[in-house]
Amino acid sequence: MTAPRETLSQPADVVTATGAQVVLRALVDQGVDVIFGYPGGAVLPIYDELFKQDRIFHVLVRHEQAAVHAAEGYARSTGKVGVVLVTSGPGATNTVTGLTDALMDSVPIVCLTGQVPTHMIGNDAFQEADTVGITRPCTKHNYLVSRPEDLARVIHEAFSVARSGRPGPVVVDLPKNILMGSAPYVGPEAARRRSVAVRRRPDRERIRQAVELLARAERPIFYVGGGVINSGDRACELLRELVRRSGAPITLTLMGLGAYPADDPQYLGMVGMHGTYEANMAMHDCDLMIAIGARFDDRVTGRLDRFSPHSRKVHIDIDPSSINKNVPVDVAIVGDAGEALAAMLEAWSALGEEPRRSRMDAWWEQIRRWRAVDSLRFRPSRDVIKPQHAIRRLWELTRGMDPIVTTDVGQHQMWAAQYFHLFAPRRWLTSGGLGTMGYGFPAAIGAQIAHPDRLVINISGDASWVMNMQEMSTAMQYRLPVKIFLVNNEYMGMVRQWQDFFHGSRRAESYMAALPDFVKLAEAFGAKGLRATHPDELDDVIREMLATPGLVLADIVVDKVENVYPMIPGGAAHNEIKLCPEDDGPHEPVSEEGMVLV
Amino acid sequence: MPNEERRHTICVLVDNEPGVLARVIGLFSGRGYNIESLTVSEVDRARSLSRINIVTSGNRYVIDQIKALLDKLVPVHSVQDLTVEGPHVERELALVKVLGDRERLVQALRIADFMHARLVDSSPGSLIFELTGTPEELDAFIDLVQPVEVSRAGVVAIGRGGIILEPGEPEPGEPEA
Repeated sequence: MTAPRETLSQPADVVTATGAQVVLRALVDQGVDVIFGYPGGAVLPIYDELFKQDRIFHVLVRHEQAAVHAAEGYARSTGKVGVVLVTSGPGATNTVTGLTDALMDSVPIVCLTGQVPTHMIGNDAFQEADTVGITRPCTKHNYLVSRPEDLARVIHEAFSVARSGRPGPVVVDLPKNILMGSAPYVGPEAARRRSVAVRRRPDRERIRQAVELLARAERPIFYVGGGVINSGDRACELLRELVRRSGAPITLTLMGLGAYPADDPQYLGMVGMHGTYEANMAMHDCDLMIAIGARFDDRVTGRLDRFSPHSRKVHIDIDPSSINKNVPVDVAIVGDAGEALAAMLEAWSALGEEPRRSRMDAWWEQIRRWRAVDSLRFRPSRDVIKPQHAIRRLWELTRGMDPIVTTDVGQHQMWAAQYFHLFAPRRWLTSGGLGTMGYGFPAAIGAQIAHPDRLVINISGDASWVMNMQEMSTAMQYRLPVKIFLVNNEYMGMVRQWQDFFHGSRRAESYMAALPDFVKLAEAFGAKGLRATHPDELDDVIREMLATPGLVLADIVVDKVENVYPMIPGGAAHNEIKLCPEDDGPHEPVSEEGMVLV
Repeated sequence: MPNEERRHTICVLVDNEPGVLARVIGLFSGRGYNIESLTVSEVDRARSLSRINIVTSGNRYVIDQIKALLDKLVPVHSVQDLTVEGPHVERELALVKVLGDRERLVQALRIADFMHARLVDSSPGSLIFELTGTPEELDAFIDLVQPVEVSRAGVVAIGRGGIILEPGEPEPGEPEA
């Protein structure tokens, strides 16, 4: 080690320091212990202060986009705010994808960006970009600190905005002269801003209405999303209690996976475009839908004018702008999911008598018939590794290890959602809203930093993974034992699937030519590389991957043209879900309105 | 009817800080909502508050969405939909320039007289009128005088009687995590 570093602590009565010192002190007071970043000219004063202290651990990524995804992985696996530090210009613009991802998936992030000195702003200075202008639509809020006296308050406020209500990313743009000049320090209590306050407690009368509907419904369903996970572990416990006491079935969105245990008999599996038959049919035929912390995304609803046509709908969400956005609801409840679930349980207990479960007998009988369809079945093979089989075996061989799983975007993501069952929240990190290829590996790095002793697996695809493969260096530098499970079909599989289904099998630019030898690639970074090409090798490779300490990349060479089923094609309703056909022949044409959908 | 398109006058009280107008406009342009008219000015120097008056149109769900999204912006203190909340007064100011020969200008003066427009500039061959009124009154005047150039300020609006747009009571913030 080098010479001992002085710590950040200063006498309590010191109220002015340099701007850079104020930044770090504010981070410490906000409970930050890790930041993900990349240095550059405009933020050198902050890096200089980082060098002199040991309270905050800095993780050096290899690309600023990865810094944001790593911070997202950290935030979503811990429930804390993820912090990013990048320089001006390209440092800031490289964060845009990550920020948009965090905005869509409600991840609390504070991103500190360097900026040219205030007197040079607008002059097209070296590494100048209009960061607040560029990031305005992809953040919950952003700030340009132009006066030293605002600095500490703005940073505290940024944390409060990031984590309050529906969480999201916040950018604080820091001109270099503000970082180098002196600035007064104020504590977190100085950052109370009225307009940040959010309604958390739900309206009691509407809760009572919702519970009465639930008590009478003959075909109810809970439709639950990531909002319940964001609310906290307590909300997930209360959800289990309410679902069990009510006896109603439940489905989860992609973002909600883990909020309810996958092996519970009341759980129908994931809803949506690649959700299970029983979940989608139940959403279509229900007479009461209780949506909690979910936002009626188009991947969930399918064709809107035929979405769940016979149901009354209750929507609980902390974000008033998410209610009645895509689907008009009958009972709108604004508030925190945990608070609302507690209130619903209370109202359930206050019902005159426990509602008779037999009213739902026919509903459960119907669900049993839908389940019997076994919509996640796939044709096994003795010659090639089926991707579904690979993920199912990975799940089976890691049971009891309570892994954290991150994914990228595409077919492997859907198969992971379908076959990697989860039993607790904050174990499933995926890019849902934005669909960001390249999310999974840096997110795994962030999760592993937060949980050094846990098993963190990045289930990825060949096309997604190469988008951020430079982060191998980061994982090696910090000795992060992330296990990369690469479902390699040499295609952008989901693009290829859509081309085969909807574009006459013209596979334009979806073949991943000239892929690297992933085993050698892993070895080049100093990591372990493994490969399975035959079903007989699969289990051994998974076992070796798990048994090998440190960073491992397992290249699982799978069936090149397997498709994801079930599938609700664009422009179709839930009850038009397509199941795995006996052969993948030509597909029925999709309606013109359906073709324009993404 | 919930799906009927309607014109709404929405007033927003915001912190007078850089970028606040860009946030409001970005919200409309980014989501494809209409802005028919928009005015902004500081209205409370002591508390550094500005008022934005927006005229927009949409069905009930779109309007509710616009209001909820406006309310989510951090510098926004309060949002008031005067079209829903009740009786209010709307006014707009226009400067209207007419060019022409003597006969045409005399005719414009005559129209201005009965429509209560004020002559604010008279140059050789041109007149400028100032007219304050509802947007419909301004439209009618402009239709009649056939001006060569028009400058309109946009709608300002205020609720009648007890309908008041205030910053709202301070609420306790989030409990710190």
